[in-house]
Amino acid sequence: MIKLLQVSKCFNQGRINEFKALRDISIEISTEEVTVIKGPSGSGKTTLLTIIGCMTRPTSGRVWVKGQETTSLPERFASEVRRSLFGFIFQQYNLIKGISAIENIMIPSYPAGVKRAVIVKRAESLLEELDINAKAREKVEHLSGGEQQRVAIARAMINDPSIIIADEPTAHLDTDQSSVLLSIFGRLKEQGKTIIIASHDPLVINSEWVESTIALRDGRITEGGHQS
Amino acid sequence: MCIQRSRTTLSPLTIFPRDHSLFLREVFGDSQMGWIERQRGYLDFTLASLARRKGKNISLISVYALIVFLVSSLVFLTNSLLREAEALLEAAPDMVVQRTVGGRHELLPVSYIEKIKAIRGIKEVLPRLWGYYYHPASRSNYTIMVPADFSLGEDEVQVGEGVNRTWVGSEEGRFYFKAADGSSVVLKIAGTLPAATELVSSDLILLGEAAFRKISGVPEGFANDLAVTLGNKAESLVIAEKIVLALPDARPILREEILRTYVAVFDWRGGVALILLSGAVIAFLIFAWDRAAGLSSEERLEIGILKGVGWDTSEVLTMKLWEGTVVSLTAFVIGVIGAYLHVFFASGTIFERALKGWAILYPEFTLAPEISLYHLVALLLMTVGPYTLVTVIPAWKASIADPDSIMRQG
Repeated sequence: MIKLLQVSKCFNQGRINEFKALRDISIEISTEEVTVIKGPSGSGKTTLLTIIGCMTRPTSGRVWVKGQETTSLPERFASEVRRSLFGFIFQQYNLIKGISAIENIMIPSYPAGVKRAVIVKRAESLLEELDINAKAREKVEHLSGGEQQRVAIARAMINDPSIIIADEPTAHLDTDQSSVLLSIFGRLKEQGKTIIIASHDPLVINSEWVESTIALRDGRITEGGHQS
Repeated sequence: MCIQRSRTTLSPLTIFPRDHSLFLREVFGDSQMGWIERQRGYLDFTLASLARRKGKNISLISVYALIVFLVSSLVFLTNSLLREAEALLEAAPDMVVQRTVGGRHELLPVSYIEKIKAIRGIKEVLPRLWGYYYHPASRSNYTIMVPADFSLGEDEVQVGEGVNRTWVGSEEGRFYFKAADGSSVVLKIAGTLPAATELVSSDLILLGEAAFRKISGVPEGFANDLAVTLGNKAESLVIAEKIVLALPDARPILREEILRTYVAVFDWRGGVALILLSGAVIAFLIFAWDRAAGLSSEERLEIGILKGVGWDTSEVLTMKLWEGTVVSLTAFVIGVIGAYLHVFFASGTIFERALKGWAILYPEFTLAPEISLYHLVALLLMTVGPYTLVTVIPAWKASIADPDSIMRQG
């Protein structure tokens, strides 16, 4: 269970450009389910995902992940939680240019002190499963959008996390590529992963794998979740 | 709006095992090897990272290696010259006694020998005849000296390599000198001093006593100074005091003092050269600081991504530390090897004019290849340490924020 209680997030607090991205959000997300957070651009979807995934701290409110409060975790432990529990698929993929697909995939495993042979084997298996093993040694900037997306998924999966967070995963994909991506999410769900997707793409929102939906607008929940 | 629903048929996956404990055991089980594997991972990533900015890093390493090369050459050369001087001074007398009048070095009556010999602890006292001879045609000042064991004829000389190279106007192996009384003295070259002694013998002309007195005008019964050999070198200070008491115008100079003078001369010359070089060093530091301090938006985004996928600040810093170490250590090794070859196999061509010889007489000799560990470690700390720090500090400043903020700013 992932639980947020009265979470607010304010950027540039106290400055002239102060912006409230989230306002008193209280939600519960069940594990081993696919949850979609929908809403128009600027509604706070990405901010909500980053708070759930310990990538940033809320300005106020509390967050629990699998019973452990993560709101005030020291940076070192927050990193540990990110590494072991979460797999992130960023909207812009956020792959590191100039290095190969397989090297990108292996990055999250380095701090874990895993034997290189184990990481390589694991990365190769992921590449094969995602059908991009032929592109393993190619630099990521030479891959198509769909291939880059799959490299980003493989990177998110390398440490075998139990929660997958995907931010607008179909934003840069055509319909066919989006369908392939959704099928991958479906397979992950079958393996018991908790999947949280931020999207305003109807293809994602209406996917048969989606079990719950939370709608956001102007930083407030307008549908689903629990608004306090 | 037409909404297409995903209808892909899925097969159970083996790659995402439901029970991932097996993988985690494999991943985290061997904690003793974990640290090494982590460092290997960071290093792998660092090398890949450096390789993708190949042009930029090669130019940085080249400039860096050049600075290390120049500083190392200077340190090696100064140090080796001092060692060379030390080795040659082993044969020098324990003490030299001069006479001073009005603070200036004056000729000394040989009658002083008996007075000094009377002091207990003195083994031997020998008069020394030496001076300088300016040869207008060569526009050089040479050192002329009568060795204690001079075995050549009175019309013969033995000269240093530098004299052979620079003396203008010798005919059929004969040197023409103008004596103190205005007459000419012709001396025949009977031999050349060994090249190994060139640091101190480059400008040296060894000749007989009669020829010396004629050329220099030093009268009979006088010497330039006295070479004193002691029974016990530990008593040198006490004996020097006794000599000054017995002969108030005498000035004893200990061998250690001569060595200190050499150290001061070479250190001073090395210091001057280092000051001239410091401009280049400072320019490089500014360049390195600018490169390291101003992280590009790409580099900041990269740090944000690393943190986003689970690296913490210390892990990002470790990676940056590796990056700084790889760059600076590579430059250090290239620079030091280059300096070693330059100093010990090419006679330190760049700095020899500044450090070796005097006037226009530059000794040409090959220094014995030898590097002190102290200097090597000092160079390592002076070059690798600062660069690594200027690489890590901006990375630390960038990575202390949460990953979301870094990526938004990047």
